[in-house]
Amino acid sequence: MSEFIQHLINGISAGTIYALVALGYTMVYGVLKLINFAHGDVMMVGVYMGYATAFGLGRQAQSSPWGVLLIFVVAMGGCALMGFLIERFAYRPLREKPRLTALITAIGISFTLSYGFQLDIGFLPGSAPRAFPQIIQPSQWFTLGDPEFPDVVVWNWQVISLVLAVVLMAGLQYLVYGTRFGRAMRAVSFDHRVAALMGIPTDRVISVTFMIGSALAAGAGLLYAIKDTSVSPLMGLYVGLKAFVAAVIGGIGNVPGAMVGGLLLGLVEEFVVGYAASTWRDAVAFGFLILVLLVRPGGLFGRVAAEKV
Amino acid sequence: MRRFAPMILAAFALFAGACEKKTQPAPADKGGQGGQVAQPAAGGATPAASDTIVLGEVGSLTGAQATFGVSTRNGVDLAIKEANAAGGVKGKKLKVIVYDDQGKPEEAAQAVTRLITQDKVVLILGEVASSNSLAMAEKAQAAGVPMITPSSTNPSVTEKGEYIFRVCFIDPFQGFVMAKFAREHLKADRVAILQDNKSAYSIGLTDVFTQKFAEMGGKIVTTQSYSQGDTNFRAQLTAIKKEKPQAIYVPGYYNDVGIIARQAREMGVTVPLMGGDGWDSEKLYELAGNALDGSYFSNHYSPSNPDPKVQKFISDYKAAYGGVPDALAALGYDAAKVAIAALERAQDTSGPAVRDAIAQTKDFPGVAGNITLDQNRNAVKSAAILKIGNGKTEFVTTINP
Amino acid sequence: MRTASAVSGSGSPSGVPASLRGILPVLVAVPALLVLDWLLSNSPFANYLLSIMAVNIILAVSLNIVNGMTGQFSIGHAGFMAVGAYLAGVTSLALKDVALSFLPVAVSDQVFLVVALLVGGISAALAGFLVGLPSLRLRGDYLAIVTLGFGEIIRVAVTNTEAFGRALGLSGIPQTSSVAMVGFWVFLVVLVARRIAGSSHGRSLWAIREDEVAAEAMGVNTTGYKVRAFVISSFFAGVAGGLFAHFVPIINPGSFTFVKSMEIVVMVVLGGLGSTTGAIVAAVFLTLLPEALRSAFSAFGSESNLAQQVDQIRMPVYGLLLVVLMLSRPQGLFGTKELWEVIPRWIPRRRKGM
Repeated sequence: MSEFIQHLINGISAGTIYALVALGYTMVYGVLKLINFAHGDVMMVGVYMGYATAFGLGRQAQSSPWGVLLIFVVAMGGCALMGFLIERFAYRPLREKPRLTALITAIGISFTLSYGFQLDIGFLPGSAPRAFPQIIQPSQWFTLGDPEFPDVVVWNWQVISLVLAVVLMAGLQYLVYGTRFGRAMRAVSFDHRVAALMGIPTDRVISVTFMIGSALAAGAGLLYAIKDTSVSPLMGLYVGLKAFVAAVIGGIGNVPGAMVGGLLLGLVEEFVVGYAASTWRDAVAFGFLILVLLVRPGGLFGRVAAEKV
Repeated sequence: MRRFAPMILAAFALFAGACEKKTQPAPADKGGQGGQVAQPAAGGATPAASDTIVLGEVGSLTGAQATFGVSTRNGVDLAIKEANAAGGVKGKKLKVIVYDDQGKPEEAAQAVTRLITQDKVVLILGEVASSNSLAMAEKAQAAGVPMITPSSTNPSVTEKGEYIFRVCFIDPFQGFVMAKFAREHLKADRVAILQDNKSAYSIGLTDVFTQKFAEMGGKIVTTQSYSQGDTNFRAQLTAIKKEKPQAIYVPGYYNDVGIIARQAREMGVTVPLMGGDGWDSEKLYELAGNALDGSYFSNHYSPSNPDPKVQKFISDYKAAYGGVPDALAALGYDAAKVAIAALERAQDTSGPAVRDAIAQTKDFPGVAGNITLDQNRNAVKSAAILKIGNGKTEFVTTINP
Repeated sequence: MRTASAVSGSGSPSGVPASLRGILPVLVAVPALLVLDWLLSNSPFANYLLSIMAVNIILAVSLNIVNGMTGQFSIGHAGFMAVGAYLAGVTSLALKDVALSFLPVAVSDQVFLVVALLVGGISAALAGFLVGLPSLRLRGDYLAIVTLGFGEIIRVAVTNTEAFGRALGLSGIPQTSSVAMVGFWVFLVVLVARRIAGSSHGRSLWAIREDEVAAEAMGVNTTGYKVRAFVISSFFAGVAGGLFAHFVPIINPGSFTFVKSMEIVVMVVLGGLGSTTGAIVAAVFLTLLPEALRSAFSAFGSESNLAQQVDQIRMPVYGLLLVVLMLSRPQGLFGTKELWEVIPRWIPRRRKGM
């Protein structure tokens, strides 16, 4: 029984990260109808920014709340800027072009970032994974069984991540459905040409959405690095893919859907490894995606939109 | 489709009628010309600049296992520099040409073909990963150019033919070493295994360990898998924890093992981890923090070995490249040393002559133990068991074949 | 460079106008290939490089049928290549010690090689059918992710199969492939691609690419055409994989990653979505580029690490190339045109395709 509870906790913990990254995917897809393939790599760059900041601050500052805050602010701010630049110079010129053009561009950016960071030139980190500093001092938040050798452990950072994810989701949901800006976002999502005619500054809305999504990715990335204690240039590719799968499962463009999809995927992966065959984990994740798409092409919470001619 | 049928038929008819194709090289052809037609003896062709002897090396200088390739290359370079400083071989300077294979077998095959045909090397050194060494071995064997792999431990590599050698022990031995150590020194009855499903090395060690440990009366309680590059091992570790093993065998590469160790400690798994030579890297301690304190791994050599030869190698290496040389650097150095000694002994630099000279290697004093090549062209060596503590290793014991 | 021109030379009969149907291209191509084979018989490296190049051409041209002509974005091509490579490899290993009694050994080897390639190709085509049937109902970007997912699933399946050598891979496959053989398949795939492009079947594919909804409205069975294009494309990817397995000494799952798929996509996009000759030119160029750079850098002396960095900077450069291309010339170098339509020095021919 305790094993099952531990698996449940692990799955939720992994799913939390997927969900956070998926939120950014979903936001961008909502306004642009573009799979931002480079989203995971933006996350990776954010993690390296956090890593550099943490080392810049030195060991003592890392566990102080201000130090942690600074690390988050630098990473999220840097990524917001990066998201803005990517959107402005790579995606905006292609907005009226076929969607494949933008997708190929996104893949190009993703490759440039992930493999570019593998180079060992100048400030680039090189291909070896590095240990991420423990910026949140880990402590056991809850244990079951013998406190010395507990059967089940819940760590403080797992709780912090989950709470953050839920708060962010609620915040985003409020932003989209409860503010003027959110109404503009939904209008742009519905039809950006008509929205522009109605006096909505579509470019600005899309830019801001991109910046929010990228900042979210950086935050998620930092929590991910705290959880799994390492950073490497290719981490963005796989986490990004998994998060995308999570977003699609939940219904892309749907904020609570991303959250549910992320947690679901985390749990599915965990239980496949724990109780079935650990070697088939990735295959099962993608199989799950394909299954959902075949049964419900719009995802669990999405609405199927008819193709407009 | 109807129009295609006669076309394809006609093509085949022509094809079958006119195709002049080389026969396959007989696998164990004496003299190693491999039954090749119109193939200049690549090993014998001395390059125009006959005052140098050119060696070739292939390694993974980029990609996931870049440190392996870089360490090996540094070790080889050190040996070549020393030999050149001492006047070279038979009055000729040595030169080594290195190509990167990015850790991919097809790139390794391409690089080795390049070395043999374009650069006309007399001997090939490389690789670390067995898949890549296999790709190279096939090409080297077919061309009759001797190849020494410093650190590929998969037994199938030297089985490719009589031109392929290695200066390290093989996986079956390494798996046996750890099984013996777990049974006799750690007195473990119940061991769990966490293997890397993407690496032949890891699977090979797992298979041998499983078999030997059971033969010695122990029990493998569970075998879990992960894939290279994963960063979340909690599911596997939870499943392992349930079985309450006394030790966990993790025959993987350092960049995964470091993270595994941290997560194991975080989940309250406090038993020692055990591993193989894939653990050996300076980076392991950075990734693992102090999570690996009290864990053991089998290795080719121990940096704390007081032997003056070893200490001299370590200080030279530090002076040239910084950092303590890992086993791959030591093996790269040894492989190059064995090659140089064989070139000294050989009558000329033709493939068969060099091959025969390498085959005679006996009690060669390498920094990673004395090297004697058996009839299967594998080095018969003992393995060192090292214990990790405070980001350093300390020598525990030697286990002999 | 002589070798490169020879390859495109073997592809040029496909540029023959449709009026010269039938056997003529074969009569031109096969002797040319055999002569080439004979010329290169004592330079293994050129052989190897040409074979790699040819495999890349087959992959790029076949992917172009789906991505270029049909406008469906598949990024899992390496998965089908893996299916072909492994099944052809296993077939060859099983037939290793068998020879046809009434033929000399060399000929019988070639016959078996063709059998193995067909096994690989047909298995890959079958996989393509299984993947295509459900997923081709999905829209462009979803389809891209699903093909990627299938590519990964195939790789995981291979890694867990004992018969395929798991992580170590398959080695000891008879190395019976030759320049003539790969050249012949290049010729075949180019022929098929050009014939499709010029046929009414091809017109339907172009229609789907330009506007799927309109094509459907005009009575084009879009899913059917898409699946057929996908199956043909997968078949040739499988053959390419099979060829690959017969001149690379070992195949392992690491050779068929998402990165390999992307390399093929870069070739197609660079050459021009829908241009067969564009795909050929891009494949030749991108295969030779790293080699050429390596040679150039090695000329500076082996001490320089530049030669080693060629492979490192290749992937980010590919990424940048894609971005720059999409921003400046989204239709690729040639767009949908063929070589002889782009280069005005050529004798003007009757236009085919689009």
